[in-house]
Amino acid sequence: MKKVKFYSIVILIVIISLSLVGCGSGNQQKAIQIKGSDTEVNVVQHLAESYMESSDLKISVTGGGSGTGIAALINNEVDIANSSRDMKESEIENAENNNITPVRFIIAMDGLSIVVNETNSVKELTVEEIGKIFKGEINNWSQLGGSDLPISLYGRQSNSGTYIFFRDKVLKGDYSQDMKRMNGNAQIVESIKADKAGISYVGVGYAVDENNNEVDGLKIVNVAIDENTTAVSPLKAENVKNGSYPLARPLNQYIDGKPEGALLDFIKYELSAEGQNIVVDEGFYPISPEFQEINEKNLGL
Amino acid sequence: MDKFGKLKENLIEYFFLINGLLVIFVLLSIFYLLIKNSIPAFTEIGFTGFFTSAYWNPSAYSSPSYGILGQVVSTLMVTFGAMVIAVPVGIGTAAYIAEIASPRVKGILKPVIEILAGIPSVVIGFLGIVLLGPIIANTANLSNGLNALNGSILLAIMSLPTIISLSEDAISAVPDRYKEASLGLGANRWQTLVKSIIPSGLSGIIASIMLGMGRAIGETMTVLMATGNAPALPGSFFSSVRTMTSTIAIELGEVPYNSTHYYALFAVGLILFIMTFVVNLVSDIILHKYQEVA
Repeated sequence: MKKVKFYSIVILIVIISLSLVGCGSGNQQKAIQIKGSDTEVNVVQHLAESYMESSDLKISVTGGGSGTGIAALINNEVDIANSSRDMKESEIENAENNNITPVRFIIAMDGLSIVVNETNSVKELTVEEIGKIFKGEINNWSQLGGSDLPISLYGRQSNSGTYIFFRDKVLKGDYSQDMKRMNGNAQIVESIKADKAGISYVGVGYAVDENNNEVDGLKIVNVAIDENTTAVSPLKAENVKNGSYPLARPLNQYIDGKPEGALLDFIKYELSAEGQNIVVDEGFYPISPEFQEINEKNLGL
Repeated sequence: MDKFGKLKENLIEYFFLINGLLVIFVLLSIFYLLIKNSIPAFTEIGFTGFFTSAYWNPSAYSSPSYGILGQVVSTLMVTFGAMVIAVPVGIGTAAYIAEIASPRVKGILKPVIEILAGIPSVVIGFLGIVLLGPIIANTANLSNGLNALNGSILLAIMSLPTIISLSEDAISAVPDRYKEASLGLGANRWQTLVKSIIPSGLSGIIASIMLGMGRAIGETMTVLMATGNAPALPGSFFSSVRTMTSTIAIELGEVPYNSTHYYALFAVGLILFIMTFVVNLVSDIILHKYQEVA
């Protein structure tokens, strides 16, 4: 992952400098701006890189959080907004007031992973328990059969789509005020590796290394829908695909109106077999059939 | 002087006058913008809800709340901690450079301190995560080191250059006859330094502390990275804290325009502006007094 990040930074710099050079020539769209979810930034970066190998199109991908990406789409500053959550009603309204018609499609599936330090003896949790942990109602690992350590909560900041998704789907309430709000997925992973009592949530792509095994120092907890079901791991593709992993979610992109020309070409590439292979290489999962239908309907492919 | 020369002189004078006025204009514009955008926050949230509640949660699941107290306490705590560390170290270093160090040591120390001032805050914040955090966690036997103490130490490092160089100026400005008189009366060098020289330069030293404090209050990136940003009212220096600057930095990027949340962030900015303004004003008053004495 570290190597990937370094390369993506180098490539980003190259892209920025190239797109500056390419400015102001011809009417045809030569550059695509993508912004948003920190969970998606690496995978979309990779998709863009490999697409650019066979195209003149310049694509720049930046993070900043889903909320930031959606705000940029509403203000007509980007072509594509990455978002790991669905757009809110109020955001769609704001967009329409600004003459933007948000169109949603899905580029990958994520098994949002609950991560703890590798020394933690707790191996599985139910969704309800996870909710209680992050609301601060369960505050010691001994209450969950672990060692007697006060739980140290890590999460994302409010501009993160994952923050909102997790709050709405798992907590159904407010986060504990003692939860530390970290800058991004990488910072969370580093903190959990160092903190024996830590727990957090990250997109599965951030919790695995290049061979799709758990990152050293980290443990991914198995999650059960409730007490009566078995806890399953997000590391197995079929658990995410068939919905037995309760925190599976689609990774979205939003654009303004039906795509055309270069933008449509790039989107087609993301959804192609080749694009989906890159998604899997990054630790995420291919689009499941129900979301493929949404794509077909929304994009008119 | 010929006519042309006089015109030139006048033009140059006006040019500098305009520059001076421009700075004042910018300051007043910022103040106006902050007040204008803060007023809706006070009317929509209410003064008591804003100032006396510790609960800041604008993107709440059900009902948002906008209490600023937790952030103000966090900011004050981190700043106070930074000053407790930076003031003794800063004055000590300044006194050493001004009075004790040989010219050679002085020649090395001064540029090194200036380099310290040039380190970007994001680099210091990173050190807080990877170096200072684990040290604090191990020493205090905590599970992690992202807390107010971490922020305080980093801010102390960042305000040291300001405190050292201005204090050193103040100490160097103390007339030599004070020192000679003190030594002549039989005081040793330590007594001379602590009882005569430092008290004589005190107003300059206090002004340097105030300026260092202003730097610490307004610092954003370092505390954002190293203090963990938990919004709860901090219980001790080992609690994770979220300062006013961090809150603005985290939330302003995605807040919808003209919402209560948007105005509330401006109100936080206004309070912060007033805090740093008061600190700078006090340092300015003290500095003026000091110039009269010297």
